[in-house]
Amino acid sequence: MQTTHYDSIIIGAGPAGLTAGIYLSRAKAKVLILDSGVAGGQMILTHEIANYPGFESISGYELSNNMRKQAKNLGCDILSGISIQDIDFESTVKTLSLSNGNHYTADTIILATGGRSRSLGVAGEEKFKGKGISYCATCDGDFFTGKEIAVVGGGNSALEEAVSLTKYASKVTLIHQFDHFQGFEHAQEQVRENDKIDIRLSSTIVSFNGDEHLESVTVEDHVSNKRYDLPLNGVFIFIGYEANTDFLNGRCIHLNERHEIVVDSQMQTNVAGVFAAGDAVAKRHRQITLAVADGTLAALNAMEYLNNKKR
Amino acid sequence: MVLPTNLKHVATAAELNELINSEANVMVCCGRMGPMCIPVYGIMEELEDEYKHVAFRDMMFDSPEAAVIRNLPECRSFMGLPFTVYFKDGKVAAATSSIQNRDQITTILDREFGKA
Repeated sequence: MQTTHYDSIIIGAGPAGLTAGIYLSRAKAKVLILDSGVAGGQMILTHEIANYPGFESISGYELSNNMRKQAKNLGCDILSGISIQDIDFESTVKTLSLSNGNHYTADTIILATGGRSRSLGVAGEEKFKGKGISYCATCDGDFFTGKEIAVVGGGNSALEEAVSLTKYASKVTLIHQFDHFQGFEHAQEQVRENDKIDIRLSSTIVSFNGDEHLESVTVEDHVSNKRYDLPLNGVFIFIGYEANTDFLNGRCIHLNERHEIVVDSQMQTNVAGVFAAGDAVAKRHRQITLAVADGTLAALNAMEYLNNKKR
Repeated sequence: MVLPTNLKHVATAAELNELINSEANVMVCCGRMGPMCIPVYGIMEELEDEYKHVAFRDMMFDSPEAAVIRNLPECRSFMGLPFTVYFKDGKVAAATSSIQNRDQITTILDREFGKA
């Protein structure tokens, strides 16, 4: 069993993690950045970024590539596509084991694991992904031209995409679990004014049905407590994001009720030497610029922690 | 017309035919620069070094030439980008619709083309 030691291990290679890596490696720390997917995080999924200072417009793909190259050129080791098997962050020397059998230790950890789109988690969802179920209206909307579809969700994304999808679909059924929407009032007005949109509140999809592709969904009405089948060709799911903190559940790191990491103003978690940054942290606003700021602060404080430890 | 990725591109149906007839193992991701497609291109870029016995390519979905992928019988029921097609000895071995993670992709690569 081979164990490699780093000054700092950063979990997550989105803008927060890559920024932390850039700062730490420039300060001559030995840094490993791990990511379960590809470097860039949610940023790589953004078609166009127009609010990142210094770039009037840049694709998320290009900005991700630039940040990754910068971190790598400064000396960060970056491992993508990893899966964490076990952690021990409570000891002075933190340990981390991957499912591929590799083991690492570090004096500091920065958790920058970001977030992911929520899925419904009901029967048939995985089977019909790409065969009727989509999470991206701009990507897949044109496959449903002249067809009947549903949109799931009640926030701004769901409301805006429901309106947007009426450009393609003959009918859009908007299904939301609560008896009211959470989106902005103007977005709700646009939905209610659109003749192509049928609203079903207090309702949830309990199964996706079909053979080769999606043919219907079974909906449960929570007012009447009845279930019924709704024939359609497609479902677009926009039910928000959740923090990638599954591997921290039941561990020493303090999470809030939404499973987001709780930190102080210096990005320090409740465990000495463990910092957190970016979208996985409990906070109100999530932006690339804020993730970069979080990553900077976490790195500076991790560096201070490392320096104090050496004294 | 090609996608602005770091992968090698297939621009025409003729290029694709030449490729699948000259390379035993080919993975082609046919998409746009959208949030469902970009992660797949990223994973392919990372797998290029690992799976040297596989030719990784992308193709622009909206190009008329991409009809060669869009009209494959294996893609008939697809309604989500990207359309990813795996060719073994010139024939379609597997095809997937919409975003796939690294594990899903390597499972197909290992099964159809052999482990890295």
